[in-house]
Amino acid sequence: MSRFLLPLGVFLLLAVVLGIGIWHAPEKGVVTSPLLGKPAPQFSLPDLNQPTHQVRSVDLKGRWYLFNVWGTWCVECRAEHDMLLRVQRAGLVPLIGLDWKDDASQARAWLTQLGNPYQAVAVDTSGRVAIDWGVYGAPETFLVNPRGIVVYKHVGALTDAVWSKEILPRVSAAPPGKS
Amino acid sequence: MLPELGHFALILALLLAALQAFFGVAGAARGNERWMAAVTTAVAGQAVMVATAVACLMASFVGNDFSVAYVAENSNSALPLFYRVAALWGAHEGSLLLWIFLLAMWTVAVAFGARRLPPRLSARVLGVLGLVSFGFLLFTLATSNPFLRLDPAAADGRDLNPILQDPGLAVHPPILYTGYVGFSVAFAFACAAMLEGRLDQNWARWTRPWTVTAWSFLTCGIALGSFWAYYELGWGGFWFWDPVENASFMPWLVGTALIHSLAVTDKRGLFKSWTLLLAILAFSLSLLGTFLVRSGVLVSVHSFAADPQRGIFILAFLIIMIGGALGLYAWRAPQLRSNAGFELGARESFLLFNNILLVIAAGTVFAGTLAPLIADALKLGALSVGPPYFNPTFLMSVLPLLALLSLGIHANWKRGRLQDKQRTLLYTLIAAAVLACGLAFGLYGRGRLLTAVGATLGVWIILASLVDPVDRWRRGLSLSRGVVGMTVAHVGLGLAVIALTTVQSFTVERDVALSPGASVAAAGYEFRFQGVRAVEGPNYSAIAATVVVTHHGAAVAVLQPQKRQYWVQRQVTSETAIRMYRGDNILLALGEDLGAGRWSVRVQIRPLVSLVWLAAFIMACGGALAASDRRYRAAKAAVPVAQGAVTEPGA
Repeated sequence: MSRFLLPLGVFLLLAVVLGIGIWHAPEKGVVTSPLLGKPAPQFSLPDLNQPTHQVRSVDLKGRWYLFNVWGTWCVECRAEHDMLLRVQRAGLVPLIGLDWKDDASQARAWLTQLGNPYQAVAVDTSGRVAIDWGVYGAPETFLVNPRGIVVYKHVGALTDAVWSKEILPRVSAAPPGKS
Repeated sequence: MLPELGHFALILALLLAALQAFFGVAGAARGNERWMAAVTTAVAGQAVMVATAVACLMASFVGNDFSVAYVAENSNSALPLFYRVAALWGAHEGSLLLWIFLLAMWTVAVAFGARRLPPRLSARVLGVLGLVSFGFLLFTLATSNPFLRLDPAAADGRDLNPILQDPGLAVHPPILYTGYVGFSVAFAFACAAMLEGRLDQNWARWTRPWTVTAWSFLTCGIALGSFWAYYELGWGGFWFWDPVENASFMPWLVGTALIHSLAVTDKRGLFKSWTLLLAILAFSLSLLGTFLVRSGVLVSVHSFAADPQRGIFILAFLIIMIGGALGLYAWRAPQLRSNAGFELGARESFLLFNNILLVIAAGTVFAGTLAPLIADALKLGALSVGPPYFNPTFLMSVLPLLALLSLGIHANWKRGRLQDKQRTLLYTLIAAAVLACGLAFGLYGRGRLLTAVGATLGVWIILASLVDPVDRWRRGLSLSRGVVGMTVAHVGLGLAVIALTTVQSFTVERDVALSPGASVAAAGYEFRFQGVRAVEGPNYSAIAATVVVTHHGAAVAVLQPQKRQYWVQRQVTSETAIRMYRGDNILLALGEDLGAGRWSVRVQIRPLVSLVWLAAFIMACGGALAASDRRYRAAKAAVPVAQGAVTEPGA
């Protein structure tokens, strides 16, 4: 009998190991980025509208900001644009754009034509910074807290639902300046 | 409306699967004929519902309905129609649906074939298949629903992963999955036999064609995957011991053991419990493979953590299905003793070694694949296992396996008198060694010890497999499809061994930087770089290089490898240019722009690499031939079960 029980025993042992694997996993929620809870990657990139200036991550410390990855080649970004303008009008969190692998003159034309929701737009022609942020496709939006920690990531176009359910509660739970 | 219809059809399929499982298992247990009769109806209903769900999702893909989250994630309006269809199984949710669909198709086929079976056995087999289907449907509906809507709808999709935009993707997963899923039939037969508490040679005869068919599909699927990796990933390798590849290779190894063990059970009524265990194991590994790969558990240990709900469901399902089957095995297998014996040196003992060595091979692959997961679970830190582990450990069990094949194929059932065949064996071995070494050193002029060993074993397998069938054919004796199929499959294996040995021993690789007009020489070929130009595709832009290839001054080809940038995901993929020339496989990949018109270019010449895939295809054809043998179809004619009476050579 014991000979025939052996496979079951080995399998159950394996199941325990797999179980431990799940146990160690965060309790709930879908982790969409390994950056969550970690400091936002550092960057220093030319400003789209003032090419002589640099947009630097160190200058952004001390307040909440939304880091939005976009490009003129991205259809979804155009769909997202109105939402971004509403976010800007709400005036609660500044938007920092990352113009990803894009043509700078086209990007400027895009913002002139559709309106500029961003406080500043960093130009990432090579895509190096986007790699640091683990960007998979555009648009993607990261919420960074005043201590420079990424607290939320949204993949795809920002929506009213995401804004009111995910972003607003996080920002209003700890108002700007009181981190 | 269509996505909702598909969702609804999937829910109905779940209910029908539950009925199929209940009526099948309970009906057979209670001997209730009306319940058992209802099983077939449930099978048909479930198949229709699942097909409806697949059609609905496909319609959403073809019609660019980006209000469906799964479509928005994996398609794009610029994506060509062909890939919009293939994108259906481009990610987790759709692959699960494909799995369920193929399971439904296999179940329908079994239901047709099972009309010849005793009603109880067929009800149990279909019942177990219903249980498997129920688990998958529940998993899909609860955690991986492909029909979820996006509100508001996306303006356009995020596109299919560029490396999956390839004709290989369209055919590789369905064929591979057909193989994976096919092992569920062997599993269901095993469970049914254990539930019955009875396993005779007829059972093995009914199970064999299904298992061999599944094995053939799996063989094709793995070869296609390897081929796709070779030309799409641009690294030039054809096997990386990647967890995803291993996940398909482990069921193949155990499945190979299973079809051999089934042959012994069929012919001699032996190895009963061993056959059952292998059937459970082959399916368990398919299940593990499908889940682990698709949930990303093995690719990155941390993505298991990404969705604990999914992980817990997977684990629960594995414990119920595999744990249940193994529990049943521990309970029932001891009763399935067979009293026939065999001598050392008889064919049975060679097939036993075949089984043991294949299971050891699968075990080493399993250990290497799961090592990172286990190390992480036990907090031993990150651990990475690669070719330095896999290559030698795998060879250790496979080399003796190949050597024993040529011996075992000449052994008789039951009695161990290999002496009669001594001369045949010796002559074929000498011929093989001379031929192999002559070719290796004559054609390529160099090689290692392993080159000679590998090539000799490969040629020996081919010669040894052909001796008996050719002899019978010359004497005008009939050859059953089973024997022909077996011979073809073994010849395929021999060819695969030769091809793998040649590729491993004689591959030439060069990574060079070339300016326009410059050239590089490798293995008798000359590659002249003509420069690059821009190319526009339907949903990507690309840079194509032009390289003129000559062999000792004779023109071979003009190759145009590309580097593509897909618009939506901004991912760069390398489209290699591949050309066959006199058995050599020339691969060219475009690397980085080094400035001033200079580009890095990777040149590889792999002799006989195409033969690896061709050999796998030959093996699959052999399997298909063997599965179509008449004796499986005539099984109804109540063959008297004569223990050990069958001594027909071959087969």
